[in-house]
Amino acid sequence: MTILTSIMKYLFVILMALFVLRDYTYLAHSDERKRKRNLNSQIRIMYLTVGLGYVIIMANKRTPLSVILPAGIFLYFAVTLICYRLIYPKASMLLVNNMLMLLGVGFIMIGRINESQALKQFLIAAGGTVLAFIIPVLIRRLRILASLTWLYAFVGIVALLGVLALARMSGGAKLSLTVGGITIQFSELVKITLVFFLASKLSRNISFRNVVIATAVAALHVVLLVLSTDLGTALVFFITYIVIVYVATRKPLYPAAGLLGGALASVAAYHLFGHVRQRVTAWKDPFAVYDTSGYQIVQGLFAIGAGGWFGTGLCRGRPDTIPVATKDYIFAAICEEFGAFFAICLLLACMSMYILIINISMLIRNRFYKLVAIGLGTEYAFQVFLTVGGVTKFIPLTGITLPLVSYGGSSVISTIIMLAIIQGLYILREDEE
Amino acid sequence: MQFRKKNGNTISDEELRRQLSDEVRDILGDPKTDRTDPAGPSVYPGLEDRGIGSREQEHLREERLREERLREEHLREERLREERLREEPLPPRPASPSERESRESVRPVRNEVNSVRRKLRRSKGPYLFISAVTVLLFITLIAHLIYFNVRLKDGIINSPYNRRQNTLAEFVVRGPIRSSDGATLAYTETGEDGSETRVYPYGRIFAHVVGFMTHGKSGLESFANYQLLTSHSNIIDQVINDFKRRKNEGDAFVTTINSELQQACYEILGDYRGAIIAMEPDTGAIRAMVSKPDFDPNTLAADWDEMVGDSSNSQLVNRASQGLYAPGSTFKILTTLAWYQRDRKLEKFHFDCTGELTVGEITVHCYEGAAHGEEDLAEAFKHSCNTAFSQIGLDLRADALTSVARRMMFGESLPFDLAASRSRWSLSSASSDEELVQTAFGQGKTLVTPYHMALICSAIANKGVLMKPHLTDHIENAAGKRISSYRPSAMRTLLSTDEAETLSSLMRQVVTEGTAAALADRSCNISGKTGSAEFYRSDGSIGTHSWFTGFSDTEDSDLVVVVLAEDGGAGSTTAVPMAGRVFDTWYSISS
Repeated sequence: MTILTSIMKYLFVILMALFVLRDYTYLAHSDERKRKRNLNSQIRIMYLTVGLGYVIIMANKRTPLSVILPAGIFLYFAVTLICYRLIYPKASMLLVNNMLMLLGVGFIMIGRINESQALKQFLIAAGGTVLAFIIPVLIRRLRILASLTWLYAFVGIVALLGVLALARMSGGAKLSLTVGGITIQFSELVKITLVFFLASKLSRNISFRNVVIATAVAALHVVLLVLSTDLGTALVFFITYIVIVYVATRKPLYPAAGLLGGALASVAAYHLFGHVRQRVTAWKDPFAVYDTSGYQIVQGLFAIGAGGWFGTGLCRGRPDTIPVATKDYIFAAICEEFGAFFAICLLLACMSMYILIINISMLIRNRFYKLVAIGLGTEYAFQVFLTVGGVTKFIPLTGITLPLVSYGGSSVISTIIMLAIIQGLYILREDEE
Repeated sequence: MQFRKKNGNTISDEELRRQLSDEVRDILGDPKTDRTDPAGPSVYPGLEDRGIGSREQEHLREERLREERLREEHLREERLREERLREEPLPPRPASPSERESRESVRPVRNEVNSVRRKLRRSKGPYLFISAVTVLLFITLIAHLIYFNVRLKDGIINSPYNRRQNTLAEFVVRGPIRSSDGATLAYTETGEDGSETRVYPYGRIFAHVVGFMTHGKSGLESFANYQLLTSHSNIIDQVINDFKRRKNEGDAFVTTINSELQQACYEILGDYRGAIIAMEPDTGAIRAMVSKPDFDPNTLAADWDEMVGDSSNSQLVNRASQGLYAPGSTFKILTTLAWYQRDRKLEKFHFDCTGELTVGEITVHCYEGAAHGEEDLAEAFKHSCNTAFSQIGLDLRADALTSVARRMMFGESLPFDLAASRSRWSLSSASSDEELVQTAFGQGKTLVTPYHMALICSAIANKGVLMKPHLTDHIENAAGKRISSYRPSAMRTLLSTDEAETLSSLMRQVVTEGTAAALADRSCNISGKTGSAEFYRSDGSIGTHSWFTGFSDTEDSDLVVVVLAEDGGAGSTTAVPMAGRVFDTWYSISS
């Protein structure tokens, strides 16, 4: 088994590197035939990666679930790919491939740490993908989506208020609500409503008054999140707001003022809130507060360090020693068992997703969807930055998931919806022709 | 338009039309709201009045765009013609009326087109800027991950908190520990059945420094655990080993300890309990560290129970860095410093030593009943006059002594690669005069480790700057290639240059004319201070620990030597000659 794991560990790096290479050569190619070849090669890599990953997990765990799960994942991949080809031939297949690959890496890593979580994640992702198939149609048919400005703001604020109120009652950081037995992290869904609100508010009118109103509503979102200690999402919202306002108004003064205000607000938050200070202290010297807030960071760094360039090999590390390894710390677990090279390729894959989203934002003519696309893209990219930066102690830890890879139903669903919206825009764009 | 290049350089009419209409809309924004664009109406008159969406209007606009494009093409041709004309050295001829006309009509169009182009570039600005910043964020993440693996990793992973180290041993054969002069102090022997035994060729001599790894880990075995279990063998070998199911060779840890000096120190201390430390003041490198009684790490497992049961010996304690002793007269260095800190002049002090001084309920005697007579501070220092220092203590009061003691790191945890005790300081302004005078000449409740004494002495020898004490020289891989080297760094400035020089000259006089005169006839210019620290033996009688702390001053390779011989009698009789032999060995090795 050692031999197998040893071969695999290098193979995984090669596969991931090839996958990412295809991402970027696809963007460079113009020839449809070559592009198609790229896509097919990526699909083969996806199957191979997940297959090999689960062979190792199977060999180590020897549970029935580790046999059933990869079969389910293969089926899910196949059905998703076929459905997209049949129903939405104009969708960006590169985006679909990247989504499935990131989900696949997540399935392997989560499955290796906690199989029942992997099963849950798989079911949620599959369900979410099915539901998300309707979204491109909605985008095409429901012209009204662009004018529901205040509905988006209302839904977002009510959801955040609800979380905050209930979290207060339960005394402590509680970011999710349990509704009818299902736990939902509402801030994940508010990510989408906030972008829709800002886009619809600023797509038609960019007068100073309108910008002020948009700012007030966005600020309310951010404050509610800071109060319920969801610092990561608060930061994501803030940056997204800045970007949307900048793109909508094209006035550098707005983002400059926003960033200045944000900087002042962060200083204020540092002095006002204990949990903000704690994060900064733990970031500066996690070893000094090892027993409390530094523990998780230190364990994460040990994991990344143990992995080195090529990783310890799947099932040969100790990601189980990292708290919440399957969620906020999945990147550390990946670094440990797959190695830094693999992790870098993963980041490049995330970056190519971002480029695809920005691409559609630049191409599409509808101003509302232009802003929606750049907003969602910014959310995605900045979330990746926050989680990876936090885990590697580049910036203070904010406790946020790595989209699609981390375990967490709300996070996966909201990212799948986001990508479905982007697909809707790709299709809309083709219609515009 | 980022993706314009996708069809090569030629852009189809269809696409150009689309792009232009797209770009134009970007510039103009929504005509109903965006009134800030003055160029818009002048280039595309009438457009601002139209909504977007109806096919007719779309068509109209396209018409205009086509016109625009034609005009542009015309303009390009015109420019080409002009250029061609300029290249040909034809004599100037008057332009025909028609030509003049066309040029004039083209100029304003060209200006307009340029201004549109400029605006187009600006309108894409936000997108390009934001995506550039975001891509930069991704790149910094990647760069940080690379930096982490290249630079930060080893420092972080070596933390004693890291439980992963134990799993490393499954894939790596623990590397050897070597002395700076190449002697192997510890290595792992792999038996035919794959069992691993740690072998210590020098046995007891390096026991406390090198440590052990049965029954927990101590010494360098603990300190360098991660490095020893990390393999920097060449990557191809590692892959081959992986496939052959062979463990990789761990890196070798090379310590600063010189094996010859260490062996000599071990011999010099002889049957005394105690410690000898030799350290380079200008680098902080520890060259020898001996503690007795000792143990044999090779047979530790077998001796363990017996050793742990025997509380009178405490063989496992590294007396050099963990043993706490009354400093005796070596503390007079600090008392002198406190005096000097206040008055800046040593000559001011005068004292008439009668051999004893009564303070409250105690009477202080000079060692072995000597009476030193009329003396200044330098003389009191070199003869180690207890009564004079008692008087200084009374003059200074507790706060002045405490502030110097704190400055000299009493009560602080001292940085060291091995376990080290904190020296104890209990004097305060509430203390009695009896305790005050006793503390001033080094008795009282003060306790100090030989290691701490070495650090103070090292700062004095190095113009007041304490270099970070260390045992790491470098790490090399199994093939002998250097992986990383220790770079000496200053830890803290303990004294001003002036203070260090003053103390040095006082300590020099101790050797030339005082209690350490046995060290006078040496070319290496030794300075130092003796100490005879009284303590209660376990049977209640009073014994004396023999101290010497000092340093040599040569062109290069200076050495700080601290000797502590438990119950060794006066510093001058036991510790001083030992220190002399340590210096001699060091200079015979380095020459």
